[in-house]
Amino acid sequence: MEFLLASGIGIVTATGLYLLLRGRSFPVVLGLSLLGYAVNVFIFAMGRLWLGAAPIVDAGPDVADPLPQALVLTAIVIGFATTGFVIELALRSFHDGGSDHVDGHEPGHAPGHAPAAAAPEAPTPHEPQAGRTSA
Amino acid sequence: MHLPILPVLLPALTAVLLLLLGDEEARRPWARRIALASLLLGAVLAWRLLGLADSGTLTVYRLGEWPAPFGIVLVVDRLAALMLALTAAVALPVLLYASGGWDAHGRHFHALLQFQLMGLNGAFLTGDLFNLFVFFEVLLIASYVLMTHGLGRERLRVGTQYVVLNLTASALFLIGMALIYATTGTLNLADLALRVPQVPAPEAGLLQAGAMLLLVVFGFKAALVPLALWLPATYAAASAPVAALFAIMTKVGVYALWRVHGVVFGAEAGASAFAVQPLLLPLALLTSVAGVLGALAAHTLPRLIAWLTVASVGTIVAAIGLFGTAAWSAALYYLLNSTLVIAGLFLLAELVAAQRGRMADRLEPCSPVRQPALLGLLLLLAAASNAGLPPLPGFVGKLMLLQAASDHPWAVTVWAVVLGVGLLTLIGLARAGSILFWAVRPELPSAASGASPRLLAATIALLGMSVLLSVWAAPVQRYTEAAARQLADRSAYARAVLPELGGPAAESVRPYRLPQPQPLPLGPHVTRQP
Repeated sequence: MEFLLASGIGIVTATGLYLLLRGRSFPVVLGLSLLGYAVNVFIFAMGRLWLGAAPIVDAGPDVADPLPQALVLTAIVIGFATTGFVIELALRSFHDGGSDHVDGHEPGHAPGHAPAAAAPEAPTPHEPQAGRTSA
Repeated sequence: MHLPILPVLLPALTAVLLLLLGDEEARRPWARRIALASLLLGAVLAWRLLGLADSGTLTVYRLGEWPAPFGIVLVVDRLAALMLALTAAVALPVLLYASGGWDAHGRHFHALLQFQLMGLNGAFLTGDLFNLFVFFEVLLIASYVLMTHGLGRERLRVGTQYVVLNLTASALFLIGMALIYATTGTLNLADLALRVPQVPAPEAGLLQAGAMLLLVVFGFKAALVPLALWLPATYAAASAPVAALFAIMTKVGVYALWRVHGVVFGAEAGASAFAVQPLLLPLALLTSVAGVLGALAAHTLPRLIAWLTVASVGTIVAAIGLFGTAAWSAALYYLLNSTLVIAGLFLLAELVAAQRGRMADRLEPCSPVRQPALLGLLLLLAAASNAGLPPLPGFVGKLMLLQAASDHPWAVTVWAVVLGVGLLTLIGLARAGSILFWAVRPELPSAASGASPRLLAATIALLGMSVLLSVWAAPVQRYTEAAARQLADRSAYARAVLPELGGPAAESVRPYRLPQPQPLPLGPHVTRQP
């Protein structure tokens, strides 16, 4: 069981890291979720592996560690929320920038010169008059 | 006495109220008023907690009255109270500035600002490693949206990278935390401080691996050197009030580093004592140097300030890495000043950029600004304080640091780096200032109007508060020294958080393990509570 669990976590982590290092946002997001799954199982396993142990305290001698189970629950919820957000952000970035490359522009093109399908130039951070019209 | 949890609940409730209020143009004045009232109340709360902590008591708030290693605790000590007060001091001017128009450039600015404050306050208050993670996520999720506030291609591009990097760091945080839990059986910081020295040698390697992973995570949030490259692009792309607010976000990383690596894995940690010390000081000094070199190479004003943020973090972490009460006191004093000055500089940068027409914040000669004397003097003041010229607080902080380093084996290096970085900071800001205010092309049309009083007031408030730090240097220094001493006193912290210390109830969060572990051998400083 130890070998199976350890190699499982290892393979999923390695796959996640590989995808995370890709250049397009979709594989990167996929890599993040895989890494998240591996981390969740890892936390779970850090309560040590138990066979036939009760998950909550009862009369029996063996009780599995309940704390990592509580931790992993929180981590799963947070992981879902952030993954949802990063997908939405990547889509928006693709829509506005015209490229799903993580650098925001296609390799070989200079930054800021997206393909013809790009959205019109969006306001720059310090557009004159921005933020002081209604002061 | 529910005072310690109110700094977390108040922004949470305000944020929900603001979400319910909606985001229509007509209701924006009300949103501003509610947010301002909530922030003022939060500042009063922070002030009360500061007074409470200053008396030397450690206020421990047990959620649901569960005893400490099992339940969640919030702990108010001098450091946490000061960080809360600093958060309020930065957030108020930022809100005032954003109400000048930036909050209309995107949706739900005020609600997100409140969520960010909730995460910040929670991270400073929590006495538990996992809750630190949870509050990190709360403040990060708010920061993701604030970062892209106002949208635009550049912000989305940088924002995506920022989010992906932070999610990866969060995964590492969980792995490090799980390793620490696996070897010690607890995540409560006070309990950890007692248990880390007792971890037997074969498992200590695993524990230190966990500590190192946390160093990577906190170093990433604080922007320590190999992990600092995300910061300049992100902060320079964010809108001015958001970048000013983010000035305190890097300090959360510094704070966590302090709590975990300074205290839990600091002195008295047995086999794991000073686990990160060989890395911390060299990395911090490198960060300082890299930051100031980046500032010299920057071609826009916000980028220059963002690099200076990196440099100032390097100085603070170097002081933490010196491991001593005097050095920690210097770190805390310098942290207060650099946060206020950098937040003020980010706001000032936009005021200047808005009056420069086409070139905006690029460091190239352009039309003269409308209010050269006022903005120029403000930049001079901020530059002098950031570089560490007397009598400004940056000087006091650096002097304290130099004194604290004087009998350390690395003294010469620390002195050289701190003084050299100060000089280069001054050169970088002087270059920027002379281009912005002197190398003008008067033939180009000037801006139509000067900055509005509200935006100016917010900027001046931040820089003014940093000057007040110098005026009240003696009481502030007395407070930071007491905070550093309190931080190093692990047994007092443990006694306050774990009332049943040594009793059967506080044995471990794994009391059901068979066979039962031996009773906790108390360290020399730890006394049994009757």
